[in-house]
Amino acid sequence: MSMTTASGQLDSAATQASQPGGAAGFGRLMAAEWTKLRSVRSTVWTLLLFVIITIGLTALLSWLTVSNWTGPRAAPRDARVAADPIGFIFGAGIGLGQLTICVLGVLLITTEYSTGVIRASLLAVPKRYPMLAAKLVVFGLLMLVLAELVAFGSFFAGSAILHSRVAVSLSGPGVLRATLGAGFYLTVLGILAVAVGAIVRHTAAGISIVIGIVLVLPILAGLLPSSWGAHINAYLPQQAGSLIYAVHQSSGQLLTAWEGFGVFCIWTVLLLAVAAYLLNRRDA
Amino acid sequence: MIEVTDLSKRFGDKVAVDHLSFTVQPGRVTGFLGPNGAGKSTTMRLILGLDHPSGGSATINGRKYAELASPLRTVGALLEAKSVHSGRSARNHLLFLAQTQGLPPSRADEMLDMVGLRDVARKRAGGFSLGMGQRLGVAAALLGDPQVLLLDEPVNGLDPEGVLWIRNLMKYLASQGKTVLVSSHLMNEMAVTADHLVVIGRGKLIVSAATEDVIARGSGQTVRVRTPEPGRLTDLIVTEGGKAIPAENGNGGAAAPDGQAPVLTVTGLAAPRIGELAASASIVLHELTPQLATLEDAFLELTSESLEFGHASAQPAGQSIEENVR
Repeated sequence: MSMTTASGQLDSAATQASQPGGAAGFGRLMAAEWTKLRSVRSTVWTLLLFVIITIGLTALLSWLTVSNWTGPRAAPRDARVAADPIGFIFGAGIGLGQLTICVLGVLLITTEYSTGVIRASLLAVPKRYPMLAAKLVVFGLLMLVLAELVAFGSFFAGSAILHSRVAVSLSGPGVLRATLGAGFYLTVLGILAVAVGAIVRHTAAGISIVIGIVLVLPILAGLLPSSWGAHINAYLPQQAGSLIYAVHQSSGQLLTAWEGFGVFCIWTVLLLAVAAYLLNRRDA
Repeated sequence: MIEVTDLSKRFGDKVAVDHLSFTVQPGRVTGFLGPNGAGKSTTMRLILGLDHPSGGSATINGRKYAELASPLRTVGALLEAKSVHSGRSARNHLLFLAQTQGLPPSRADEMLDMVGLRDVARKRAGGFSLGMGQRLGVAAALLGDPQVLLLDEPVNGLDPEGVLWIRNLMKYLASQGKTVLVSSHLMNEMAVTADHLVVIGRGKLIVSAATEDVIARGSGQTVRVRTPEPGRLTDLIVTEGGKAIPAENGNGGAAAPDGQAPVLTVTGLAAPRIGELAASASIVLHELTPQLATLEDAFLELTSESLEFGHASAQPAGQSIEENVR
């Protein structure tokens, strides 16, 4: 057994590494969280799926629309696409692609609990706020890069295919903001999903709740009496957040694009605060 | 050194750890013994800061776990519950742990060599056998070359080779001056490994002493007595401050078959004194045998009153204890 040599080698290794300072310490945590993120197949596959579904669906639907343009029964649809091409481009692709982000964000933290690796994580980093912060920063940065790539990828794929029928360009009013905004929306949605995952600590429950927030809450709010239902609806996380990637204001819209995004961010911060409080307080 | 001071943990109404105090000294293997459900794992989780205590404190080298700057360089822990992502490779598991401590990635490879997992370093840990998983756990525990080690039931489910490996490893680490606390419900394992024992039951400290002292304190004083007059002898033994319990195993108790005299198990009095008592009262003895002490007996005696599920039920006492201990 080579235990003696292993211990001897560490002495030199340990002296090489400096004592952890504030920034250097956080850098270590980020490096560790990046290793955790990239070394699990489910996260890598989910991210790939996100890219393929979002851009692929946008391209597919754009192509179907263009190739069936002016079909006798498709006239109202063609008119809708012509009136709001950005809404068309981002509608279906992000609508479906966002579900993979909901899943990924939840998985990022619930798999730590389901596999028990949370114990190894907390033994290595007993201060729980920094651990959560490092996880969020690493995931947030990765999401921001990927989501912007996907947003611009969807825009260019969709606008290039639609080009023969409808002209859209980034220089159009609100188009650049909407495209950037699509990436921002998906990034914040991912962080919101992490927060929900940290609160419930259970994969199936976490995914159900986040998808409920994104898909079901707006439908339920739509059933409320219109007088005050519209106000509730406007301030729901997904309804408010999705304004950032829309160009056309619907009639009677209560929030502007940035106000809506702000509301979405406030929801996310509130959930994160609950998640951090519970993470610190609960037994792991 | 590990210092546990008046440590308590409540889960709702249930008290898992009850005002527990003990210290674990460096340079020797300290066995942490108790029946299942006695609170061993909870105590370890409290020491490691995974659970928050309801009262009291636990420190490692004078500091709480959460206050350690690079905890894995001070404390290594092997928990009973799995703590590896089944989809992650052994190397990546050790790599991310090394990164949190500012250790070089090469340290992860050294540890994989040391525990003999080099060939499967890049395989998913979910496919590992129990023994391989335990080796990975040991690699993680020793990653930062810590001075203090906590091992929770490390030999559970291992094959004889694995048991021997863990046993030698613990002795080696203690010989290097490290503090080693190892929990187990297997007495015989502790008898050959531990120099010192901390025995708990129902979350309370029963005894903290050198292993040989625990053995001596236990059934060293147990004497098997066979007599046709168990009632009179029992009275005599009780007036002398001893305890006599009718044995229930085999042909014991009042229902001894084939005309054999009933058997008493006597504690608190040595065999010569029992013989003198019997002679003075003219009680015939058919057998007078001092029982050989084993750690298992000592442990059963120490913990029998604090078993999670007491044996005051209709089922025979021996059977109940066995179920709880296994």
